Amino acid sequence: MSVPVRKFDAVIVGAGGAGLRAAIQLSEAGLKTAVLSKVFPTRSHTVAAQGGVAASLGNSEEDHWHWHMYDTVKGSDWLGDQDAIEFMCRKANEVVVELEHYGMPFDRTDAGKIYQRPFGGHMSNFGEKPVRRSCAAADRTGHAMLHAMYQRNVKVNTQFFVEWMALDLVRDEEGAVVGVTAMEMETSEIVMFHAKAVLFATGGAGRIFHSSTNAFINTGDGVGMAARAGIPLEDMEFWQFHPTGVAGAGVLITEGVRGEGGILRNSDKERFMERYAPNAKDLASRDVVSRAMVTEINEGRGCGPNKDHVLLDITHLPPETILKRLPGIREIAIQFAGVDPIKEPIPVVPTCHYQMGGIPTNYNGEVVVPSATSKSEVVSGFYAAGECACASVHGANRLGTNSLLDLLVFGKSAGESMVDFIKSQPAAHRPLPANACDFTLSRVDRLNNQRGGANVHEARLAMQRAMQKHCGVFRFKKLLEEGVQQISEIAGQVAQTEIADKSRVFNTARLEALELDNLIEVAKATMVSANARTESRGAHVRDDAPDTTERPNGRDDQNWLKHTLWFREGNRLDYKPVNLKPLSVETIALKKRAY
Amino acid sequence: MANRTVRFSIYRYDPDKDEKPYMQDLTVELEPTDRKLLDALVRIKAMDDSLSFRRSCREGVCGSDAMNINGKNGLACLIEIDSLTWPITLRPLPGLPVVRDLIVDMTQFFKQYHSITPYLVNNDPPPERERLQSPEEREELDGLYECILCACCSTSCPSFWWNPDKFVGPAGLLAAYRFLADTRDQATSERLDNLEDPYRLFRCHTIMNCVDVCPKGLNPTRAISNIKDMMVRRAV
Ligand SMILES: Cc1cc2nc3c(=O)[nH]c(=O)nc-3n(C[C@H](O)[C@H](O)[C@H](O)COP(=O)(O)OP(=O)(O)OC[C@H]3O[C@@H](n4cnc5c(N)ncnc54)[C@H](O)[C@@H]3O)c2cc1C
Ligand code: SF4
Ligand code: SF4
Ligand code: FES
Repeated sequence: MSVPVRKFDAVIVGAGGAGLRAAIQLSEAGLKTAVLSKVFPTRSHTVAAQGGVAASLGNSEEDHWHWHMYDTVKGSDWLGDQDAIEFMCRKANEVVVELEHYGMPFDRTDAGKIYQRPFGGHMSNFGEKPVRRSCAAADRTGHAMLHAMYQRNVKVNTQFFVEWMALDLVRDEEGAVVGVTAMEMETSEIVMFHAKAVLFATGGAGRIFHSSTNAFINTGDGVGMAARAGIPLEDMEFWQFHPTGVAGAGVLITEGVRGEGGILRNSDKERFMERYAPNAKDLASRDVVSRAMVTEINEGRGCGPNKDHVLLDITHLPPETILKRLPGIREIAIQFAGVDPIKEPIPVVPTCHYQMGGIPTNYNGEVVVPSATSKSEVVSGFYAAGECACASVHGANRLGTNSLLDLLVFGKSAGESMVDFIKSQPAAHRPLPANACDFTLSRVDRLNNQRGGANVHEARLAMQRAMQKHCGVFRFKKLLEEGVQQISEIAGQVAQTEIADKSRVFNTARLEALELDNLIEVAKATMVSANARTESRGAHVRDDAPDTTERPNGRDDQNWLKHTLWFREGNRLDYKPVNLKPLSVETIALKKRAY
Repeated sequence: MANRTVRFSIYRYDPDKDEKPYMQDLTVELEPTDRKLLDALVRIKAMDDSLSFRRSCREGVCGSDAMNINGKNGLACLIEIDSLTWPITLRPLPGLPVVRDLIVDMTQFFKQYHSITPYLVNNDPPPERERLQSPEEREELDGLYECILCACCSTSCPSFWWNPDKFVGPAGLLAAYRFLADTRDQATSERLDNLEDPYRLFRCHTIMNCVDVCPKGLNPTRAISNIKDMMVRRAV
């Protein structure tokens, strides 16, 4: 079967915050760019971000990028690369101001500047006390940002392929990336997008867990495609569980609620965070708060008939503050928890939220992999940014509001790198390998012709339950070992999924099966990497690596101050050092993380 | 809440195999945790993978799952199953071509959105820091910027049904006013020129269906009348 080929200078897969920010750069440079998205751009999950985007603008009180950098390194439990973190924190003001110039409707201070609120883990003066650093548009920051960036792309004439799903990354004999295969969802037509440079900005994969704040479409497609094309995945054991998902529904309640004064309470109505984080209290880092909540629940101080959640209380805030600063949250609480937070506290539980790991990149957005001569060799023509990438700025635990910042900073820098790269290339594209589309066609054929295979819905549910049980907020050696086994069995079923619907028109059954192929790669990488890392660090906390005097918090810098790399082939692991050297300032020295 | 069985009647059409659309009657056993209509649709799809609908965020912010529910447009992820009378009748959004089942072709809707210059225009050289805007000026954008482009409003508007190519429709006009109301925007007169036409703006007959269905509680009619006021003011 011959597959139509379309040629572009650049292809961007993903039209969330990261993809749209990169697209602005490429379109402004006049390069022929295709942006592919499974959904209309403003439906990407960036739209759901609530609390804000970090930048040390200092609009309400003194702030400095160096303090922001310190907080981010500490938040990452020292697993973040300090060059990338410095780069991001220094660029924050520039990219946030740009966003304002694009038309983003930020809330304002009385002086007319961008409104900023406190957020977990963001402190002034190297960890002293909470600082107002999160730039917000009410509690709809992601929505406002995504729409503003889409609008900017309309202005600069970006070419979108809406409701196209990329299926596989195509590399030539030398390993250079030369494009992607993709399916038009409405017609099921498969097309080869031939490009000089490809950016993956496909977002997170939170749907590997049963309870998640992520959208249905967050299926780790970029990460799965990269893994299938031989790219290793970095630090996939690190998943953030957000403290405040609505119990039962999974829908997120932003940390901005605690930034505005919200308090977590157990069944004794106690403000229990005072015991776990005497300084930052409810605004400690997310992993710390999530674990405190689970501890409270496990020790019998959970709320509700099943004692399975805690309460987020804002009833003491003036109703005007809630209506003005947290209108979306009130809507969510009424819709999904059935309570009006002005009058009643909201039932919440830690919920899978964010993938810290991903496709390994440097701070220019270039994808880097180990080679014979280097631990970080650039893959020619391949870029990644946003939640699917690992730069690594979030390390073992991301601070709230640092993801939206990551999208802007690394979306932009990846875009700039792509412009430079494309301009340095000969006019002609690198030729496509003869078998460029064979792999994709064989996957789709297999699915179309499968008989007696596994049900997509059931296989996915089995995976989600296994991940939730074996790789959750607290991790146990025994459960991890079993989890590796279980996920590998489920992967066997996923390789044989069967769909009843064979239509060519908008076949969502087929799309979900193809998404599951990606999810399962993420699940495998997560389980295997987590099982191997025998320390506790950031979001990864194991029973056999407890808090001791030699190893505070169970962290083992001697053996584990390094990034994991998981290779799909052979389910194999490798490691690479953490970059502790910033660009211009001194290293932020290792110490015990406490809030 | 015990498990409950709910009756549905759902518009089905797969142009790849069906000669014409039909209504499919079915019953589903729901779990106690299934609260929203979208939960029920996901449950149905687990049994019959051919049922086609768009969805993503499941929390009313992405605008994917707008459909016609018991005769009224809404988002499946926000509608409580228990608030609906049986059989729960689901159809694609009215007035747009159907692609398959509950999925419509939104081209015309987005074309109208794109026709109103949906981006901030400010030709001054960008300052080093943010452009200033007072909290009161910023408040003018409340009730406008929150639109999720779900199309519930435009596809319940008779004027849009009759002239989807000529009448901008409530969603597009709400967006137009969002920029007109922004103190940072400098294209006021071009924007008004763009709408000064017997169809683009003036086909709105204040029928208010749009306000009635907007899942975000926005009021396109008010935005439309504000635009009309601006036109009158600049004429004098
Ligand atoms: C509820 C919620 C609230 C949050 N709040 C905050 C916050 O306040 N502050 C903060 O900093 N962070 C927040 N985060 C995190 C942050 O929003 C996300 O990490 C970030 O938006 C991800 O952006 P992205 O551009 O990487 O991906 P996304 O916005 O998820 O976009 C992914 C894009 O890729 C496309 N895509 C995926 N696969 C394919 C494929 N195979 N083919 C074609 N296209 C594809 C999708 O269509 C989409 O356009 C929040 C996250 C959630 C879930
Ligand atoms: S008020 Fe105007 S825009 Fe709204 S439904 Fe009626 S005619 Fe349409
Ligand atoms: S105005 Fe309301 S109904 Fe119309 S598109 Fe926007 S959110 Fe949807
Ligand atoms: S699924 Fe996003 S609005 Fe309903």
